[in-house]
Amino acid sequence: MIPELGHLALILALCLAAAQAWFGIAGAQRGDSVWMSVARPAAVAQSLFVLLAFVALAYSFLVSDFSVQYVAENSNVLLPWPYKITAVWGAHEGSLLLWVSVLGIWTLAVSFFSRHLPLDFAARVLGVMGLITLGFCLFMLTTSDPFTRLLPAAEQGRDLNPILQDPAMALHPPMLYTGYVGFSVAFAFAVAALLGGRMDAVWARWSRPWTLTAWLFLTFGITLGSWWSYYELGWGGWWFWDPVENASFMPWLIGTALVHSLAVTEKRGAFKNWTVLLAIAAFSLSLLGTFLVRSGVLISVHSFASDPKRGIFILAMIGVFVGAALTLYAWRAPTLAKGGGFQPFSRETLLLLNNIFLVVAAASVLLGTLYPLLMDAFGLGQLSVGPPYFNAVFIPVMLPFFIIIGIGPYVRWKHGDVGATTRTVRVAGIVALLAALLSLVIVHASGALALMAGISLAVWTGMSALIEPYRYLRQRAAGRHASFGRSTLGMCVAHMGAALLVLGISVTSILGIEQDVVIKPGETVAVAGYDFRFLGVHDEQGPNYSARQGVFQVSKGGTIVAMMRPEKRDFSSVGNETTEAAIEPGLFRDLYLALGNPLDQGTWSVRVQYKPLVRLIWLGGLFMMLGGLLAASDRRYRRNTMTMPARAADPEHA
Amino acid sequence: MRRLLVGLSLLLMAGTALAIDSEPPFSDPALQARYTELTHELRCLVCQDETIADSNADLAADFRRQIHDMVAAGKSDADIKAYMVQRYGDFVLYKPPVESSTALLWAGPFVLMLVALGVVALIVRKRARQSGEGNP
Amino acid sequence: MNFRNSAPFIIPGLVLIFLIGLFARGLFLDPTRVKSPLIGKPAPKFSLPGLYDPTQRFDQSLLQGKVSLFNVWGAWCVACQEEHPVLVAFAQRKVLPIYGLDYHDDRQAALDMLHKDGDPYTQILDDATGDVAINWGVYGAPETFLIDKQGVIRDKIIGPLTPDIIDKQLMPEIQKLQVEAP
Repeated sequence: MIPELGHLALILALCLAAAQAWFGIAGAQRGDSVWMSVARPAAVAQSLFVLLAFVALAYSFLVSDFSVQYVAENSNVLLPWPYKITAVWGAHEGSLLLWVSVLGIWTLAVSFFSRHLPLDFAARVLGVMGLITLGFCLFMLTTSDPFTRLLPAAEQGRDLNPILQDPAMALHPPMLYTGYVGFSVAFAFAVAALLGGRMDAVWARWSRPWTLTAWLFLTFGITLGSWWSYYELGWGGWWFWDPVENASFMPWLIGTALVHSLAVTEKRGAFKNWTVLLAIAAFSLSLLGTFLVRSGVLISVHSFASDPKRGIFILAMIGVFVGAALTLYAWRAPTLAKGGGFQPFSRETLLLLNNIFLVVAAASVLLGTLYPLLMDAFGLGQLSVGPPYFNAVFIPVMLPFFIIIGIGPYVRWKHGDVGATTRTVRVAGIVALLAALLSLVIVHASGALALMAGISLAVWTGMSALIEPYRYLRQRAAGRHASFGRSTLGMCVAHMGAALLVLGISVTSILGIEQDVVIKPGETVAVAGYDFRFLGVHDEQGPNYSARQGVFQVSKGGTIVAMMRPEKRDFSSVGNETTEAAIEPGLFRDLYLALGNPLDQGTWSVRVQYKPLVRLIWLGGLFMMLGGLLAASDRRYRRNTMTMPARAADPEHA
Repeated sequence: MRRLLVGLSLLLMAGTALAIDSEPPFSDPALQARYTELTHELRCLVCQDETIADSNADLAADFRRQIHDMVAAGKSDADIKAYMVQRYGDFVLYKPPVESSTALLWAGPFVLMLVALGVVALIVRKRARQSGEGNP
Repeated sequence: MNFRNSAPFIIPGLVLIFLIGLFARGLFLDPTRVKSPLIGKPAPKFSLPGLYDPTQRFDQSLLQGKVSLFNVWGAWCVACQEEHPVLVAFAQRKVLPIYGLDYHDDRQAALDMLHKDGDPYTQILDDATGDVAINWGVYGAPETFLIDKQGVIRDKIIGPLTPDIIDKQLMPEIQKLQVEAP
């Protein structure tokens, strides 16, 4: 009964989304305020029905209703109940329902927080979002229905893949989706502006907090995924340039460019073309990510089972949405007033460069990700493009980026003052150079140059991010009034996050140590000054698994530092084995131990890793997320703008 | 259906556990470093996207064994990679070879960067002129 | 409508169209099927014991002088078990000899499977370590190679053979190769 109700809810949502789209967009085009005012209630109703469908599916999981095929394929009575809920999005159909549900939540948010916007603009935004909901509901109902019955019902479900039974993995998709799907709001804002034929600083001010919020969730989602990969998979790595990882990284890069481009449009009314194109690109890449995971065109650890029919549907959606948006852009872009001029040395130029570097980086990742497909499609053979390529290409492209990140905030708009900027960032530059020299002293081996570059850029970025707070504190200390808006604070925190990220990546990649050993109980292996003494392996039992647990005593210079217990878990229902690495965390280093395979006479193969400063990577991600949150909650966005600047008085409007 | 069965048989060989190498380490750290780098650059063909260093599949273990022996026997990195490519094609290399068919791949990003910087130069020049003419 | 200076529209538009075309094509390719670089090359040299009689040794001369199939299988492999009756039926048609490479297998388990489900093979080689299979570019079982009279690999089928593949893909090739001069 409940699954059928869920299915019905989806159908209703589909109809309401159609109404939302029609009345929103057509209403705005006709200037019919009655029609336009239907959009918001339709949007709210549609979102509620979608969420109802989600609750119906979640309920089916919680009660282990194996007469629903999707539940039978992805759940199990032994599964702990929190994971029964996360199993909802463990495979294709459910993850689509999650997509639409998250879109529903964003729709609700836009419905409630857009009341101060002009009716025609809000109607258009909701209308576009309605179209997207329509597309996805149609997709689900025609090709990927999570409520399909399995009759006769299975006695026991298959199970959720054991590596997904984990808190970070549970949170990763919802956070990621909140980000991905959130870019649909930026997209809707851009399309609404194009439809209405006006885009100005006010529009940018409306759009920016929504875009920032989506961006910060995406940042969090990616950080979670990387963090999970590190502690769960047993390889000690945190990024593999896997196609689906790239599929989340590309929208992030473009989203970062978009957020910065919006700043220029907000402050100076410039870069409108850029902003629109970036908004379209960000959402397109989100759709592309949705496509890549389900289509089977690329090999990835993340792929859901593939089916050409589903792939074709998503491709058609991409074609329609992106094609229509680009056509609209071509038609309307010339009517957008051009922004003001600016000198070569100005914040505009630096932000333009910022956009360029991010776009080139995203394009490079796209090129590498799709090249195997390109080669195969043209019959040129089969190729693999992996970490060696991406690292070789991405890092050089980003190097100049991390130089200008330190200068940009301290260059004036329109006409920068080289002298003033130099004076401001002088100290940061000197400290960075000192750090570079210091790193050369520490490391003599290979990678010294790379480490020096990484450390100096990280220090440069970090010190530069501290300039504003420092100035503020100095003013206050001198008894003078100073202001430090959340937007600026957010920027400093986010840039500091970037600095931490670069520092963590550089140090852990170059100074980290990895060793595979074969060891007998009683033996000791020494890595990076730590002694790991193997005490043996014994059996342990979990709720739905049995495990072999190794015990290691770790000491440094004779004193015991930790006991580490890596495991191999056997999930009987799926017949799958997972590696649970043991991690001894520290602020300055992680010790990482993974159990391999038992060999004869009680010996085991074991991987020992020393990972200095690895936690800075995720700390950096969290800082960036926090920075986004601070910036999005700046007072000027919370002030409701009841009035629009009158057309005649608006200097930006042509 | 066929794909599913192939997939199943491949799945039986792989697992979600990561592999730890059980080859004896080299006493010469330079050889060990070469071996490690090679195993991190070669792809496990039965897995969904892993290096042979990290893969738990039997095939990956076989590869590691053969590469270990080849490194010990004094073969060069180029020889070892050629050995693999001869049998499995370029697919087995995570670092694509630099050839005419991959020219776009390797040169693309840098060419794109140059073009983009050129575009920036044009835009900046236009805007500078505009700004110089006293526009807001 | 003003399309002057429409490069920002045209370039993304072209990219979009190209990508959609590329992906549409990609939906019908299977990137997990790695094509073999050995097609058109002579069968790799090997020396292996027979499965039934380990004292008997075979090498690549086994494949000379006739068109044959070289099938890589193992008792542990589910898809091979699916394929087995198809192979047995095909062997009964006596079209060409089928040689088996028992890959990474337990000898007794293999013998048991053959005893229970039938033996389509003219000869079976025991590749316990899997080293010979690597020389053939094998990455998963089952895989089947079509070898011509000169001992050159002419085709490779990845995955289990089905009556459809045998009749539509292999038979025409086999017939063509069998009329070639040795």
